[in-house]
Amino acid sequence: MTDELFLSQTDSRPMYLQVVEQIKLKIMAGDWPNGYALPSIRELAAATKVSVITIKRAYSELEQAGLIVTRPGRGSLVAEGIGQGALRHQELNHHIAQLLEAADKFGIDNHTLQQQLAEALKQRQTPPASE
Amino acid sequence: MQNVIQLTDINKHYGHFTLENINLTLPAGEIMGLVGVNGAGKSTTIRILMGLIEADSGTVDVLGHRLPDAQVTAKRQVGFASEDMRLYKYQNLTWHMDFVQGFYPEWDADYAQMLLQKFRLNPTQAIKGFSHGQRVKASLLLLLARRPRLLILDEPTTGLDPVARSEVLEELADILRDENRSVLFSSHNTHDVEQLSDSITFLHDGRILASEDIECFVNKWRSVRCTGHASPTALAELKPAHLRQNGSVWQLKIDNFQPSMLEAIKAQGLEVVEVMRMSLEEIFIATVKKDTRHEH
Repeated sequence: MTDELFLSQTDSRPMYLQVVEQIKLKIMAGDWPNGYALPSIRELAAATKVSVITIKRAYSELEQAGLIVTRPGRGSLVAEGIGQGALRHQELNHHIAQLLEAADKFGIDNHTLQQQLAEALKQRQTPPASE
Repeated sequence: MQNVIQLTDINKHYGHFTLENINLTLPAGEIMGLVGVNGAGKSTTIRILMGLIEADSGTVDVLGHRLPDAQVTAKRQVGFASEDMRLYKYQNLTWHMDFVQGFYPEWDADYAQMLLQKFRLNPTQAIKGFSHGQRVKASLLLLLARRPRLLILDEPTTGLDPVARSEVLEELADILRDENRSVLFSSHNTHDVEQLSDSITFLHDGRILASEDIECFVNKWRSVRCTGHASPTALAELKPAHLRQNGSVWQLKIDNFQPSMLEAIKAQGLEVVEVMRMSLEEIFIATVKKDTRHEH
């Protein structure tokens, strides 16, 4: 099966970030396990119908984040020891940081934020089973 | 890496239009989008590249060959298509394919067959019965099956319906698989350019406003929304490409954006609500409008 990513033109994020997000999803879902050889940059660009430079940029971001390793002349692999759990935590932390940022912007103090979060958790009807 | 296109200090003067100091470099294996409004000089630039027009001054190198002297050698490996290209309307596509194949021994018959299927073209129907989209796809098929090292396409997606456009873009993307092949295409559809191009050359009024890596180009711009009360003249000192105010809400579109500019905005008494990246389309419009404003 050829690897192909699904991008959206109405997504306001830069294209390379969409690529980064989708690759993270694939790693989290276990589609691309540890040590998995990523498609070559040209291959993925052609399959996804985006420029080579977009995929290059995404790979270098993923490399900086420690999610993939690139060996000169031999392509990129999903890094060993990138647990799916660790990645999920990392993602969640990212969302929490955004939440805090938004709270600051709207001038909401910690106490109110905690109350609102508690309320939201209460209203959520079916919490997913813990792992 | 070899440059497949190298335009150096090109000038071309017409009565009402001047192409001024055009410098353009396309490295092998890359896709470059040439953007600009109608009349910006895109087609003139492409015609100079193809040796159809001679520049008043400057040099043109295509695939390492100097034009116009080595034109014939260079063009064997170039596939060129423009809107005014005509097919023989009383002949069908099979006839055209045989015709082109006769000139180009590198013709790839299997690839041509695959493109026929992909583009959903009927090879036995006379061209006069083809729609505009079918004609564009037929011309592209005739070019692609030669597997030229350099494709130069003038407005390949103009006038196509969304489905035909996506079919054409898919085939252009497929060329990326081969690192020895390169594409230069002009378009005023910024989405097409944004999606596929490694680099962008932005022409306006016969001059190049920018020619660089597309990500770098887009990343220089920000749209900043602020609230509060400030003096428009003080804000104009930041030299925004675009500055608008409605009540207490302000919008600035800034080229060569630096985070320190936000401090300068705050110093004017405004609160920064949002700092957003801009799409190529927004940048395109902001740039062209800014330029027009300065002239009049």
